[in-house]
Amino acid sequence: MDLKANIIIAFVFAVLGFMLTVQFKTTERQRNIRIERVEELSERLRIVEAEKNQVQKELADLRKNSGHLMSDAELERLNLLAGTTEVYGPGLEITLDDSTSTKKLGENPNLYIVHDEDLLRILNELRAAGAEAISVNGQRIGAMSELRCAGPTVSINNVRSAPPYNIKAIGDPKTMASALRLRGGVVDTFGFWGITVKITESAKVVIPPQKTMRGYEYVKQSKKPKEDRQ
Amino acid sequence: MTIYYALFGLVVGIVLGNVCPYSLPPEYGRLLAVAVMAGLDAVLGGVRAVFEEKYSTAIFISGFFINGIMGALLCYFGAMLGIDMYMVAVLIFGMRIFQNIAIIRREYMAK
Repeated sequence: MDLKANIIIAFVFAVLGFMLTVQFKTTERQRNIRIERVEELSERLRIVEAEKNQVQKELADLRKNSGHLMSDAELERLNLLAGTTEVYGPGLEITLDDSTSTKKLGENPNLYIVHDEDLLRILNELRAAGAEAISVNGQRIGAMSELRCAGPTVSINNVRSAPPYNIKAIGDPKTMASALRLRGGVVDTFGFWGITVKITESAKVVIPPQKTMRGYEYVKQSKKPKEDRQ
Repeated sequence: MTIYYALFGLVVGIVLGNVCPYSLPPEYGRLLAVAVMAGLDAVLGGVRAVFEEKYSTAIFISGFFINGIMGALLCYFGAMLGIDMYMVAVLIFGMRIFQNIAIIRREYMAK
């Protein structure tokens, strides 16, 4: 056989060898890919599962801690502070009504009716005497409650009330009553204008919860840790 | 003498194949498999022709390339038409390879 034929045969074999190798590599790679994929996926599954367990543990921890931080007693205390629950206890019931005495001619009739200021003075006096919960005409006085003049009526918690005003307060009845009846005190002044004040001490005063609660729009809690309360 | 050329060519091809950074996408692996089968069949057919003393370089080369290319093409169009030409080609070439091996064996023994 001449050289040309031999070279052609060499070329043919080279092509065959090339094809064989490429085919081998292709098959090999496919198999490797499959194996790698399985390994990779099982590895990822393992990682994700570990992560899941970790997060679940964290969740359980947090649940436990949150239960610890917000105990029933704490919750009750916060509810009492916020005035979101109906409360009862010993206290006073005060009824305040416009003056029944005939006004003298030429005198300002405003002096003979109950004003928001009068109510505020009573509330202030009650607070000073240690009232723990107060309501006026069924409106609980909460942290954000207002009490202001609204024409002939008084607006409390954005609800208008007309006389007679029924004020309920829970606290020490004796202290509160004597605080109101102080000589020169609130009730004394009312008597001068003929505004009727009736104070009854009661062993059980029921005060309703605050019905309408404003949300907090501007206040943001600062991240400082809570201070210990005494 | 020719066998050294053949072995040299094979080694060069294998080295080239290993060096070559490209490998076929899996969907074309079957086509190359058919071409490889056709190539093996042609080579064994050539060896057999040598033993039968009717070897022709032209026939060998045309057989090698045309069988390989046609086999791959037929498989390609078969796949497009939903016919598994791959199976047919592998079967036919496989049968021919075994036949050729058998004949080579007999011729070799006869000598």
